[in-house]
Amino acid sequence: MRYFGDVAALARKDLRLELRARDTLPAMLLFVLSTLVVFHFALPTGADEVAAQGLLWVALVFTALLGLARAWAPEREGGALEGLVLAPSDRSAIWLGKSAAVFVFLGLIELVALPAFALFFSPLQAEGIAGALLANVGICAVGTLLAAMAAASRTRELILPLLFLPLAIPLVVGGVGASVSTEPGRYLVFLGLYDAVFAILCWASFEYVVSE
Amino acid sequence: MIHGRAVEKRYGTRRALRPLDLDLARGGFLVVTGPNGSGKTTLLRLVAGLAAPSGGSLEVEADRGALGYLGHEPLLYRDLTALENLDLYGRLYRVPERRERIGMLLERYGLWDVRAERVGSYSRGMTQRVALCRALLHQPELLVLDEPFTALDDEGAALLDRQLAELAGAATLLVTTHDPKRVEPLASATLALA
Repeated sequence: MRYFGDVAALARKDLRLELRARDTLPAMLLFVLSTLVVFHFALPTGADEVAAQGLLWVALVFTALLGLARAWAPEREGGALEGLVLAPSDRSAIWLGKSAAVFVFLGLIELVALPAFALFFSPLQAEGIAGALLANVGICAVGTLLAAMAAASRTRELILPLLFLPLAIPLVVGGVGASVSTEPGRYLVFLGLYDAVFAILCWASFEYVVSE
Repeated sequence: MIHGRAVEKRYGTRRALRPLDLDLARGGFLVVTGPNGSGKTTLLRLVAGLAAPSGGSLEVEADRGALGYLGHEPLLYRDLTALENLDLYGRLYRVPERRERIGMLLERYGLWDVRAERVGSYSRGMTQRVALCRALLHQPELLVLDEPFTALDDEGAALLDRQLAELAGAATLLVTTHDPKRVEPLASATLALA
């Protein structure tokens, strides 16, 4: 129970920092809305709905990338990550707390982005929304770990997309599949498996990312 | 409490710390001096477990929860207040009677009146005081302080003098400084790095 208490304290800290600084959420929101507007005008009239669903996932993945690039910024300033690493709590709690906060950010963005998508293109069905939720788990699990790795590098802005985008491809495949396929259940199971496997891998490997 | 044999640190081809032997008994107070680049900070980071030795062996008989570390950076969140920063660390270190302990430290270091202001708005000296509170919060058995007097004004330095005098003998201290005369009266040993 102490472990989850640490996770909750760390996630609360990230939410409080964002509420106070408002660095990341407004930028993510503006980005996803402007991307959807661009796609609205870029797609010819009468374009296939499937193409529009694909573009939604492009917008969501790149918006997530924007948030992930800023995820460890508060820890970089003032060396706070070293403070957390020195604390006696399990180091994976740092990753889990950060992933939980990023999950909340992404969920809030999608609360606006999905209705906007429905307005510009077509409403998302329940399977599509379930796909987005499951994909968020994978994005947060993998993205938070990779962002921590990238944060240690001077070229973090370049490294993060190079690391993250290849690993996000299965999430896009699963998310689009859940939205447009006649058998969305298969894609939802696929997303669930991806989440489970990568969450365990990231949970177990975070210790090595923050240790020399 | 700390036993090092031929412990050294390299970053690629650059040698950050020459091989050295180090012994510090429980309750001891070791002052480390040396010019810039001699490896003082590197030695403290090795002891704190923030870096791994490139050669030799280093044994520290204190787990993470028993170690207090003050580095060059404050290890604080600039957009959180002093109270919020200390509360977060207090939770992670499972400090008993956390609020009372935080209140006592903030009062002692003259930060109580500014406890609800963001650390980012503090002067460097005030930030150093909060960083000291963070390092002392969980009453560590081993206290590792890297240039703790940096940025402190006379009053802050006097507070730290008093704190170190109280801790000497009760805790194990490893302190680097460019002003050894200030802490030498309390020290049980000194180590000069070249």
